[in-house]
Amino acid sequence: MRLRVSLVPLLIAGLVAGVFISSPAQAQLTVEITGQSGKRLPVAIADFAGERIIAQALTSVIRADLDRSGLFRLVDAGATIDETTPPPFGDLKSREADAVAGGSVGMAGDGRYETRVRLYDVPKQVALGAQAYAHTGTQLRTTAHRISDFIYEKLTGEPGLFSTRIAYVVKSTGRYELQIADADGNNPQSALASREPIISPTWSPDGGKLAYVSFEAKKPVVYVHDLVSGRRHVVANFKGSNSAPSWSPDGKQLAVVLTKDGNSQIYLVNVDGSGVRRLASSPGIDTEPRFSADGAHIYFTSDRGGSPQIYRLPAAGGTAERITFDGSYNVTPRPSPDGKSLAYIARNNGRFQLSLMDLATKQIQVLTDSAKDESPSFAPNGRMILYATEVGGRGVLAAVSADGRVKQRLSVHAADVREPTWAPLRK
Amino acid sequence: MRTLYALSALALFLTACGSQPPSPEQAPSGVESRSPGSLSSGSTTKPVTQDKFDEMSLAALKDPRSPLSKRAIYFDYDSYLVKDEYQSLLASHAKFLAANPKMKMLIQGNADERGSREYNLALGQKRSDAVKKALQLLGAREDQLESVSLGEEKPACTELTEPCWAQNRRGDMLYSGEF
Repeated sequence: MRLRVSLVPLLIAGLVAGVFISSPAQAQLTVEITGQSGKRLPVAIADFAGERIIAQALTSVIRADLDRSGLFRLVDAGATIDETTPPPFGDLKSREADAVAGGSVGMAGDGRYETRVRLYDVPKQVALGAQAYAHTGTQLRTTAHRISDFIYEKLTGEPGLFSTRIAYVVKSTGRYELQIADADGNNPQSALASREPIISPTWSPDGGKLAYVSFEAKKPVVYVHDLVSGRRHVVANFKGSNSAPSWSPDGKQLAVVLTKDGNSQIYLVNVDGSGVRRLASSPGIDTEPRFSADGAHIYFTSDRGGSPQIYRLPAAGGTAERITFDGSYNVTPRPSPDGKSLAYIARNNGRFQLSLMDLATKQIQVLTDSAKDESPSFAPNGRMILYATEVGGRGVLAAVSADGRVKQRLSVHAADVREPTWAPLRK
Repeated sequence: MRTLYALSALALFLTACGSQPPSPEQAPSGVESRSPGSLSSGSTTKPVTQDKFDEMSLAALKDPRSPLSKRAIYFDYDSYLVKDEYQSLLASHAKFLAANPKMKMLIQGNADERGSREYNLALGQKRSDAVKKALQLLGAREDQLESVSLGEEKPACTELTEPCWAQNRRGDMLYSGEF
C-alpha cells in the first residue's frame, strides 16, 4: 500500500529585516503504510452528491486519511449517498460495512462551497452525527481532514489527527531546512533555511511557535520562532552551549540545557529569555528535559549513575528519581499526553530502538525492529508516536501506534529527514 | 537566492545577541582575502618572507610550519581525556593566547553519530571543556576561551566505520575571525 501525496507548496511570509528566509519547500514527503492494526473497522465513504469535482476531491482525501490511520478498512459504498436520504442499509450490510458516510457539496451564496456530511451506523441503522462546512476551493484538503477527524472521533471516541501538523528538519547537501507539513506530509512549508544544523524543534502548547536549536552562530543557540509572524528571538545564548528546549504546558517558560556554569545542566527560562534559573545540580550530564503533560515533573537524561538513564524531578525542583534501569543507554524521554506512559530510545544489543514504558507497572515494550531510532514525539491524542530512523542509510520519519501495530513511514526523496515533532491539536 | 541567503545568514550572525564573541580582529586588509569569517594569512603590512616567520604573529596561525596551524585534538571512544601527545600542541596555543591577550578562541567539541543528538551534544561539550581546562592550565586566560559543542552535527567523516568515528571524536580550536 503506497500513497503518493501531491505537493501543494505555499509561501508563508517570514522575512524579518532580511534576517532569514521562509520559502516553499522543495521536498515532497511520501507516506507509506508499513503495518496495519489487526482488526480494522470496515467503513464506506460514499461518493457525495452535488458539485462533482469538489465532491470527488473531498472523498478521495477522506478515504486516504482513514486508510492511512491503519484503523479502518475501506468498503465500496456502491452508490452516491447524500446526507438527507437514508442510505441503503441492506446493501451496505451485505458489503460488510459497519459505518457509512454520505454527503453533498453545494454552492453557498458567497461563492464558497457548502459541504454537508452525515455518518451512519449500518448494523443499527441510525445516524451517528452530521456536520456542515463552508469552504473555498483552496480549503479542500483542510475541509476533508476536518471531515475525517469528525468520522474518526465518532467511531473511535478519540480526537482525530488528520488536521494536525508536523515539523521536521530536512538535510540536503550543505543545507538544513526546518519544515512544517500537514500530518499526511502534504503542503510542506519552510520556516527556516540554514547552512548550519538545526536540531530539537518542539511546538509550543498553543501550536503557534516552535522552539529549536540552531548552530548558525557556530555554536548551539536556542530560539523561539513565531510561525504566524515569521519572527523569532533568542531565548538562550549564554557562553558555552544552549540546547534541548522543552515547553512548560502553560507555554510561559522553557526548560533548556546550558553549560554556562560548567557541565550540561537543566535551567528554566521565561519564553522571552528572561529569568533564567538553574533547576538542578549534578556532577555529570543532565540533558533532554521534557515536561510531563500536567507540568508536575520534568523527565530528563542523566549520566549521574555512570551510564545515560532517564530520571524525573519535580518541576519546582527537588530530588531526582530514576525511571529506567534496564540496559546501559536509555535516552530522550517523552511522557505521553495522558501521563501514563513514557516513550524513549533504548539501546538493545547495539540497536537504538523506540520503546514505551508503562509508568505504573514499569513494563517495557520495544515498538520497532529498526536500529537507529531517534527523537520520538507523541501525537496529541497519544495514539501514535512519530520518530526518526534510518532506512538504507537515509534519514526517514516513521510513526508507530502506541500498541506497536500500525506503522507508517514518511520520507523525502534524496534527502535526510530527521528531528520530527508533532504539533498539538488546533484550538 | 543563494546570495540573498548568504547575506541573510551573515546579517543573522552579526545581529545575534548574547554572548557573541567580539568581532574578528582581522589584520588590516589590503590583500585579496576579504571573505568574512576567515583569517587572512600574511595580511600584515610587512611582506612575509619565505624562510622566516614570527611564531607569535597572526600569520603563524595559518602557516603549516607552525604548530599553531594544527587545531584538532582527537579523543578515544567514550573519553574526554586530553591525551599526552597533545600537550605540546596545546602548550603552543596557550602560549600564543598569552602573548596575544586580545585574541579569543572558540573550542568546538564533537561526538560520533551513535545515539541521541542532544546527549551527543553534551558529550561534545565535555571534550571542549577538557581542552579549555588544559589551555587554562598552560597559561591562557578563562575569558579568552569559550567551549561549545557541535555534538554529532558536523562530522568530519560520514562513513559508518571506527576509523571514521575516531575522526569525529574531536575538539577544534578556532581563533577570532574564524568563527
